[in-house]
Amino acid sequence: MSVKIVERKPLTLAERTYIPQIVGGLKTTWKHLVRPKETMEYPEQRPAIPPRYRGVPTLVRDPHGREKCVSCQLCEFVCPPKAIRITPGEIPPDSATAHVEKGPQAFDIDMLRCIYCGMCEEVCPEEAIVLQNQFSMSGYSRDEMINHKDRLYELGGTLPDKHLKWDKKKAAEEHGNAH
Amino acid sequence: MVDFYFQLHPVIQAVLKGLAVILVIFPLGGICSMAERKVSAWIQGRPGPNRAIVPWIAWIPFVGTFLQRLGLFHVMADGGKMLFKEDALPGGVNKFYFILAPIVAMIPALTTVTTVPFGAYLDGHGAVIPLGLANVDIGLLAVFAVSSLGVYSLILAGWASNSKYPFLGGVRASAQLISYELSMTLSVIPVFLWINAPGTEGTMSLAKTVEFQSQPGFWGGAWFIFIMPVSAFIFLVSLFAETNRQPFDMPESEADLVGGFHTEYGAFKWGLFFVAEYAHMIIGSGVFTLLFLGGWNPLPWISLADLIGWLNGITGAAWIIHPLFVGLLSIGIFLGKVVFGIFFFMWVRWTVPRFRYDQVMELGWKKLLPLAIANLLVYAIGIAVITK
Amino acid sequence: MIAPAKSDLVTVNVDGKEIAVPKGTNVIEAARLVGVDVPYYCYHPKLTVVGNCRMCLIEMGMPAVDPVSKAPIMDPVTGKQKINWIPRPQIGCATNASPGLHIRTNTPQIKDCREGVMEFLLINHPLDCPICDQAGECKLQEQSTGYGRGYSRFIEQKNVKPKRTQLGPRVTLDDERCILCSRCIRFCKEIAKDDVLGFVDRGSYSTLTCYPGKALANNYSLNTVDICPVGALTSTDFRFKMRVWFLKQTNSIDTESSVGANTVVWSREGVIYRITPRRNDEVNDTWLADSARDLYKPVRAADRLGSPLVSGSAATGEVAMAKAAEFLKSSAGSVAVVGSGRSSVEEQFLTRKLATALQASTHLVSRTGEGDKLLISADRNPNVRGALVIGLIAQLPKSTLGELGAAIDAGRVKAVVSVGEDLAAAGLTTAQLAKVAIVYLGTHANATTAAAKVVLPTLMTFEKNGTFVNQQFRLQKFFKAVPGPTGAVEDVAVLARLVAGCGGAAVAGEINTLWTTIAAEVPALQTVTFANLPETGLLLDATPWATLPFVEGETLHYKPAAQPASS
Repeated sequence: MSVKIVERKPLTLAERTYIPQIVGGLKTTWKHLVRPKETMEYPEQRPAIPPRYRGVPTLVRDPHGREKCVSCQLCEFVCPPKAIRITPGEIPPDSATAHVEKGPQAFDIDMLRCIYCGMCEEVCPEEAIVLQNQFSMSGYSRDEMINHKDRLYELGGTLPDKHLKWDKKKAAEEHGNAH
Repeated sequence: MVDFYFQLHPVIQAVLKGLAVILVIFPLGGICSMAERKVSAWIQGRPGPNRAIVPWIAWIPFVGTFLQRLGLFHVMADGGKMLFKEDALPGGVNKFYFILAPIVAMIPALTTVTTVPFGAYLDGHGAVIPLGLANVDIGLLAVFAVSSLGVYSLILAGWASNSKYPFLGGVRASAQLISYELSMTLSVIPVFLWINAPGTEGTMSLAKTVEFQSQPGFWGGAWFIFIMPVSAFIFLVSLFAETNRQPFDMPESEADLVGGFHTEYGAFKWGLFFVAEYAHMIIGSGVFTLLFLGGWNPLPWISLADLIGWLNGITGAAWIIHPLFVGLLSIGIFLGKVVFGIFFFMWVRWTVPRFRYDQVMELGWKKLLPLAIANLLVYAIGIAVITK
Repeated sequence: MIAPAKSDLVTVNVDGKEIAVPKGTNVIEAARLVGVDVPYYCYHPKLTVVGNCRMCLIEMGMPAVDPVSKAPIMDPVTGKQKINWIPRPQIGCATNASPGLHIRTNTPQIKDCREGVMEFLLINHPLDCPICDQAGECKLQEQSTGYGRGYSRFIEQKNVKPKRTQLGPRVTLDDERCILCSRCIRFCKEIAKDDVLGFVDRGSYSTLTCYPGKALANNYSLNTVDICPVGALTSTDFRFKMRVWFLKQTNSIDTESSVGANTVVWSREGVIYRITPRRNDEVNDTWLADSARDLYKPVRAADRLGSPLVSGSAATGEVAMAKAAEFLKSSAGSVAVVGSGRSSVEEQFLTRKLATALQASTHLVSRTGEGDKLLISADRNPNVRGALVIGLIAQLPKSTLGELGAAIDAGRVKAVVSVGEDLAAAGLTTAQLAKVAIVYLGTHANATTAAAKVVLPTLMTFEKNGTFVNQQFRLQKFFKAVPGPTGAVEDVAVLARLVAGCGGAAVAGEINTLWTTIAAEVPALQTVTFANLPETGLLLDATPWATLPFVEGETLHYKPAAQPASS
C-alpha cells in the first residue's frame, strides 16, 4: 500500500478566528437540544428484551414439572468465574422421577461472581440452565446475591422441551424389551 | 408601602436590601445549577433530573407533574443535601484560609449585585427612573473593582487546601483572571466615550448607558452591540474567562485537575463556591445586557417608554402607566435577556471544548488585548471626529 | 512394566517403527512402547486375554518366505523382504510378538473396523453421560471421541436392562451401560478367587449378574469398579458424590497393613472423595482392598483432635509444646517413649532423637491380623520395618506394652511420650495411666488422650508428606492430599520442637531438610532424599534383619523368608 501524503491546507482568516466554527457548533448543539430524547426512563419504561437475551441464569422445569437438571456439574466446570456450586444427590427410588436417578441436592449461583457469559447454558446437556430475561439483580447482603435452587426454579419457570428424553426412557422401561 | 420603606432608618434599609440580595441570589444560584443540569441533559438527548417531588405539590394535577418533570424540586433536594451533609475538613489544610476562601468568594458576588440596576419605572412626568439597590455613579467601575476581588477566593482556596491539584487550579485562576480583566475593561471604554459627550458631566452609571440606548432616532435607539460589535465580542469572551466558564474553565478543569481549586471542598463550602460562580454569571449577563443589549428596553429602537405609550394608547387602561406594572414589566424584560445570557453560557459549554492553558494565555495576551487596544483607538478617533 | 529379559527379545514392526520386545508380549503393549495407541476395552494387563470386545483390531503380516526353500522372498520395489499381510484384521490383545511380526494400525480398514465396533457397542448404550459417574474417565467416551462416527444411525428402541442393581454391599450395577467386556468376571475368578459374576441371556440381551444366592461381597469387589471401562459397575460409596474432573489426584500409600499398596487419593477443596489403586507391578499391581478405600473416613470424624490440650483445657500450640518440652526435660531419665509402627520413617527418626535426648526407653506396639495372601498382610502396621531401619527398635514389637507397665508399676517411669499409640488399647491399665504423666501426639480422641497431661493434635497420612517401609523393605513415599484441621500441627514439626525443647540437637521440622539429616545418620538411607525417591519406591537391603521372625505370610508380591525353626 502506497502512502499518500496529503498537504494540510492553511487556515483561512475566518477559520483562524474560530467564530464560524463555533457558530456551526452552536447550531449542532441546538439541533440536539430540540430533538426528541434518546434515553429511556428506566423503571417505568422497560427495554424490549430481544430473543436469546443473556440475563440471569435460571433453572427450568420441563412441561411435566420435572426439574431438568441432573447435576452433571458441567456448568460448574465450565463456569469461568466459578460462580456455580452444585451438590449432587440421588433421586430417591420412590420418587416419580426415580428413572432419572440423579438430581441436584443444592444448586447455588453466586450472582456477585456471575459474568452472564452463557457458557453454562451452552454446555448443559439437559437444557436445564437457561439465561432468561431478567437483567437486574439486587440484594442487601452477599448472601442475598446467591441464588439457591428454589429461587433458581422460581426465576426459571417452565420451558418447552423438544426431546422429552427422560419421558421416552421411562416409557421404554415400562414397556420392556421387544422380545 | 413604598413610602413606609423610605421612612425607615437607612441602616435598616441597608439590612433589608442585603437580605433581599441573599434571598434572591441563593435560590437563583440553585435554579441556575438545575438549569445547567437540564440544559446539559437536553443537549445530550436526555430528559435530565425529573424525579424529586414534594407530596402535596405532587397531588396538584398537571402542574405537579410538570414541575416534577422540570426538576424544580431537585434544587431543594440539592440545597438540603449541601446544607446537611457532613462538612469534612481535610487534614493538613490551612484551616483559617480554607474556611475563609468560600466566604471571600461570596462577598464580591453579593456586593456587585447591588450596583446593577435591574429595571425601571416611569414617574409622574413620564421620565424613566431606574430600579437598583445602590444607584452608584461610578457604576461599572464599582462592578469591575469588586468583582475582580473574587480571584482571591480561588487563590486562597487553592493554596489553603495544601494539595497539588487545588494549588495548580489556584495558580491558573490568578493568571487567567488578571489577563482577561485587561481586555474586558478596555473593551467597554468606547461605550462610555460615546455616552459621555465632551463638556457634559461624566458618568460610569449603567443606568445611564441604558438611558442612552433608549433615545429616539436611529443612532440613539441602536443597542451598542450594533454600534460596537467588536467591543461586545471582546467583552463576551472575557466574560467567559472571568466567570471560569467553558471553554475557559482552567481553574476547575475536571479532566486534569480533578476539581481544581475546590477539589478539597465539600458540602456547604463547596456550595458557596457554586453560588458565587452562578452569581458571577448572572451579574456578567446582566452587565452585558445593560451595556450592549439595551437593558430593559424590549427591542432595538423601541424603548420601554415607547412600549408603555403604545400599550396605553391601545387599551387606554390606567394601570398600564402605574409604576408597579411598569417596574415589573421592565424587570421581566431585563430578566428575560439575562436568562438568555445564562442559557448562552450553558449552550457554549456543551459546544466548545476546553482550551489548553497555553492557548488561554495566548488568546488573552496576544489576540484579545491587541484587539481591544485597536478597538479602543479606532473608536476614540472615530468619536473624536464625529463629535468635533 | 515389561522386564527387559535380554535373551528372548524379538523385533516387531508397528506402523513402520521397529521395536525389540520380549517374546510373548502382545501387540497392544508392544504398540504402547512405540507410542501407538491401540484402543481396547476387555483387555487388561493383569487379567487373562479373552478378546471379546473386538476394539483392538489390527492388521498383521509376516515376512514372506518361499514355502519350499524357506528362503525370504524379496520385494523388488523396496528391496526389502516382502510382507504377507493377513487380509482379515486380527485382535491385538491376543496376538503375541513373534520374530518379524508386522502390525498396521492406521489403515482405512482398521479405521472402519473401529468405527464399526464402536457403533455396535453404542447402539444399546444409554445416553446417560450427564448422570454417569464414569463420565470423564470412561473408555467408551474417550474412544467414541477418537473412533466414533459422531452420529447415530440407530432408530429402533434401545434395550431395557435393570438399573441400580446391588451386586454387593459396595457395588451398584447399571446393566444398560455394560458393554460385556467381562473384566469384572475375570477379576473375581482370577484375582479375588471369588467366582460370583457371570452373564445370562444371549446377544443384545446378555446381562451381567451374580450367581443366584451369591453376592459380590469380597474385600476386593471395588476393583471391579476400577477396571470397568464404562459406568456399569459403580461404587455405592462414591456414586453421585462428585464428578471426577473436579478431583485432584495425590499419590499415597495404603496404611492398612505392611503391604503398602500404592494408592491415589482423589480430593477436591480439602475434602477426600475416594481412594483408588495406583499401579505398581512390584507391590500391588493395579489392585487395592476395599477396606483400604475407607481409610479416608476418619479424616473428618467427630472425635478428631482439633485444639492442643494442657491438663484437659485448650491451649495454643506454642504453649502446649513449650509445656510438654519443659515438663519432659524435668523428668528426663525416667521417661518412656512409645513410638508407632504407623508413623512415617521421618517421625520414627525424630522419635528416636527424642528418646536419645531424654535418655528414655523406646517401645513399639505390634498390631496383627489375618493376612489374606493378597494385599493385606498379617502385620497391620504399615511401617514396622521403618522403625527397624531407622534404629528406633532392634527387635520386633510385641502386641502389648507389658514391659512398660511393669516399669510404671516399679516407679522407674514417671512420664510417657506416645506418638499416636493408644496406651490403654496397648495393654496399660487405667491405674497405670494415672500414675504417669503422658504427652500424647495423635489425631483422634481415645482413652489415652483423656488421661494425658498434654495432647498435641497432629496430622493423618493424607494431610502430610512422608515415607513408609513396606514388608519388602521398599521405601515408598506419600504426599499431602488435603490440609489438616485447624489446630493440628504436622508430626515432624511437633517432634522436632520437642527434641529441641528437651535439649537434643536441633533438627529440621520440615521433611526435605530433615532427609539430609536422616541420610547422614542412617547408613542404609545415605543416598536417599525425599525428592529423588522414585514413585514406585526404593528397595532397601533387608539382610541385616533377615533373621527376625516377621509375622507376615505370603502376599501378592511377597514371599516370607524361610522362618527360623523355632516358629
